[in-house]
Amino acid sequence: MAVTSVRMLATLSALTLAIAACGTSGGDEDTGSTSGGGFSAPDVAMLEEVGKGEGELNILAWPGYAESGQTDPSVDWVSPFEDETGCKVNVKDFGTSDEAVSLMKTGEYDVVSASGDASLRLIAAGDVEPVNTDLVPNYADVADFLKDRAWNSVDGQMYGVPHGWGANPLMYNTKEVTPAPDSWSVVFEADSPYAGEITAYDSPIYIADAAMYLKETQPDLGIEDPYALDEEQLAAAVDLLKQQRPNVSEYWSSATQEVSAFRSGDTVVGTTWQYNASLAQSKGTPVKTVVPEEGITGWSDTWMVAAESEHTNCAYMWLDWIVSPQINAEATEWFGEAPANLAACDLASDENFCDTYHATDEKYAESIYYWNTPVAECLDGRTDVTCTDYSDWTTAWTEVKG
Amino acid sequence: MAGSHTAVRAVGLPRRTLLRRSSASLHRRPWLRLGGLLSAPLLWLGVAYIGSLAALLVTAFWSTDTFTGDVVRVWTLDNFAQLWQEDVYRTVVLRTLSVAVLVTVLDALLAFPIAFYMAKVATPRTQKLLVVAVLMPLWASYLVKAYAWRIMVSDSGVIESVLGVTPGFGLVAATLTLAYLWLPFMILPLFAGLQRLPDSLLDASEDLGARPGRTFRSVVLPSVLPALAAGSIFTFSLSLGDYITVEIVGGTSQLLGNVVYDNIGAANNLPFAAAMATVTVAVMVCYLAAVRRTGALDNL
Amino acid sequence: MRWLLRAGVAVALAFIYVPLLVVVITSFNSDSTFSWPPAGLTLRWWSAAAQNDGALDAVVTSAQVGLAATAVALVLGTMAAFALSRHRFFGRQTISLLVVLPIALPGIVTGIALNNAFRTVLGLDLGFVSLVVAHATFCVVVVFNNVAARLRRLGGNVEEASMDLGATRLATFRMVTLPSLASALLAGALLAFALSFDEIIVTTFTAGAEIETLPVWIFSNLFRPNSAPVVNVVGTVLIAVSIVPIWLSQRLSGDTAGGRL
Repeated sequence: MAVTSVRMLATLSALTLAIAACGTSGGDEDTGSTSGGGFSAPDVAMLEEVGKGEGELNILAWPGYAESGQTDPSVDWVSPFEDETGCKVNVKDFGTSDEAVSLMKTGEYDVVSASGDASLRLIAAGDVEPVNTDLVPNYADVADFLKDRAWNSVDGQMYGVPHGWGANPLMYNTKEVTPAPDSWSVVFEADSPYAGEITAYDSPIYIADAAMYLKETQPDLGIEDPYALDEEQLAAAVDLLKQQRPNVSEYWSSATQEVSAFRSGDTVVGTTWQYNASLAQSKGTPVKTVVPEEGITGWSDTWMVAAESEHTNCAYMWLDWIVSPQINAEATEWFGEAPANLAACDLASDENFCDTYHATDEKYAESIYYWNTPVAECLDGRTDVTCTDYSDWTTAWTEVKG
Repeated sequence: MAGSHTAVRAVGLPRRTLLRRSSASLHRRPWLRLGGLLSAPLLWLGVAYIGSLAALLVTAFWSTDTFTGDVVRVWTLDNFAQLWQEDVYRTVVLRTLSVAVLVTVLDALLAFPIAFYMAKVATPRTQKLLVVAVLMPLWASYLVKAYAWRIMVSDSGVIESVLGVTPGFGLVAATLTLAYLWLPFMILPLFAGLQRLPDSLLDASEDLGARPGRTFRSVVLPSVLPALAAGSIFTFSLSLGDYITVEIVGGTSQLLGNVVYDNIGAANNLPFAAAMATVTVAVMVCYLAAVRRTGALDNL
Repeated sequence: MRWLLRAGVAVALAFIYVPLLVVVITSFNSDSTFSWPPAGLTLRWWSAAAQNDGALDAVVTSAQVGLAATAVALVLGTMAAFALSRHRFFGRQTISLLVVLPIALPGIVTGIALNNAFRTVLGLDLGFVSLVVAHATFCVVVVFNNVAARLRRLGGNVEEASMDLGATRLATFRMVTLPSLASALLAGALLAFALSFDEIIVTTFTAGAEIETLPVWIFSNLFRPNSAPVVNVVGTVLIAVSIVPIWLSQRLSGDTAGGRL
């Protein structure tokens, strides 16, 4: 029919135009100035002044980061925000950083709580914009060791506001796992007495945990930074993970999953977040966490603002809100991580909160291998080799799962 | 002719309104009617849907900036080369195909007795009850049902308390759960197909001396083959692309759907995900073509 | 032989209903981490669900999307069914293949294809419209099959007789064809609605941030360990409530009571 052909033609030409008009790739931008991250941050405009709220805010957050009373009616720092700023909030949770990166690509969200393994990818893709910290009054009180770090800044320009930080300790069932483990060997070695009841985090970033273990157990590999792995080192980590796989009962990607597996006894030992451990304990599961001798990986999440956001004013209001002492205390205490704003320590409901999470222990904080995004230009400064980047890690992870 | 007044009135022809005229011209031009009928569906399915599929499959021939995830519009066969060369992808595809086949077989075996009973043996009232019973699970949420299976297969779960052993999280659990989820999609076409099988054929076969097994093999099975094939389209394709069930009960395993999903999410590698998706499209198109010859498409 | 058949029926019914029973029991489980056997019984989740605005909103959204998608599917599916049953033309088989394709291809493929088309190619925002378009696309086949099957059975004679008696096409359609199609349309509509109501994979890719259908709501709640059990309550309610429309379609329809997929 004539109408159909016209429409077909229109669609086809639109397609062709789109293809033609889009010209060359984003990959050519690598000729820009590089930072320690090995990539060039594209030019994205930064907000100069916070105006009136737009009336809406779409938040992409780790579960537990933006509570609005749905989980527990008394746990709510979103509704007071809505009342005070008039920005109506929609929250979407995600399970892994990879989900966060792909969801940010949809352009539907205004702010995201990005971990280090997502932040640099978001910056490089131009999905987030630099943050004008002068417009966030509470930023001044954020702990210094969280500012201008490799995962949240480029060439001294901050790309977000730190929320807090935490570690990925080893969790074990105190009844089933005796004696108490003090090394990651209990999850990595083929002859582990808990074969078939081990768990691991379902994300390519877990390769860093394997690399961290190899750093201590196979020093001749020369691993310095578990996020800066050349091909040989990555292959070694992959071999270790492949060796681990038959002993793993389940790779977890959500707290509910891990906690239910520990509860039912399908899993007795494995990597975790403090949040999951606290949750399991509150349900009566006999678990404990420990920092093994080889070290631990961890993360420090940064609230970032989407480049395409239509609600930038509300976004900045949220940034200031979430890092204010009272709210930062509520949020980090609920989740189970150390707060970014040290003034929060005095406002926590548990007076030992900051001690439990080593919030003021700068030495402890420095010992964590924070989630970072692997890039081709080695993060540990080596220039004689090319390191593997996140996409190599993703392919490797698919290979590990088999 | 008491009571009725039957006069023969002169019945004139109906007025030639616009409606009548267009109706008449449509009657004379069947192709115009056809075109009109087909235009909207064709536009929707043919242009919009096929167009989207084509746009996706085109990206399979492009590549991605490995770090930012932006699509690089440079023509290349690298994605397909990687799919072909690296063993893991072949393993995943084969594993997924096996699971899909297993799920189909399992569903066929489970569905047949109940479909036969509903079509041939049950009283009309029982039949209605059974149809309701079979359709109700369709409304319970997919996720809720998958989590129920997670509870069932876990250590100290339902299966373990009844049988003493449990498959635990893994491919077996995933296959069972998938078979469970898609069962109604196999029962319905089988039921419809068996209803169409005339009782007289079964009686005739019995009269000719055939045992039930023989009747089944030579009379029933050939007649319901199209219906079976129709049901298998659903069970096969739904299993082929599933990734959520695998995440919930699959333990450490991964299927095709997971690799596609991971590549969209993890690697932000739409071209590679599209290449894998192409594999599933190719598989399903071949399957549909094969199944079409059995007349399944008329039996859905 | 008989008892073998009955045994088969029993096995199938058990297979279908044991997991549903687990859902119902878990909705009363006082432990929120899906433990088995239930640590204790509580009505806590039921009262939480009753007060949960999110769940109610999600149900309403799902219903709206389902109704819209079903309406579109009814129109398109009927048109296509008429085209294919009442006419002979070149490419008939291809069209029937085309109609099946959205439901035959894995959801993730349809999802990312439509997502890519909407966002990258057309540059549109995801939302209610994109979601309805996506759902209608795979719902068409369900309506199509039911109507096509019925049309095949009816044959064209009654319609021709009606037109011979002087009715226009439209009048014939309204007074003769439509009533005979009614139950097929109903069966198709119910199945289409059910498919759309429970759809999660395509929805994930085509709904956008603001639209939260019931499956999306359930999915996000499963991430929150403290409120996860509420989803079991929702599941139980859905099962109970579903009896109504299914039974209704039974009463109203004729033989192929379950409708065709």
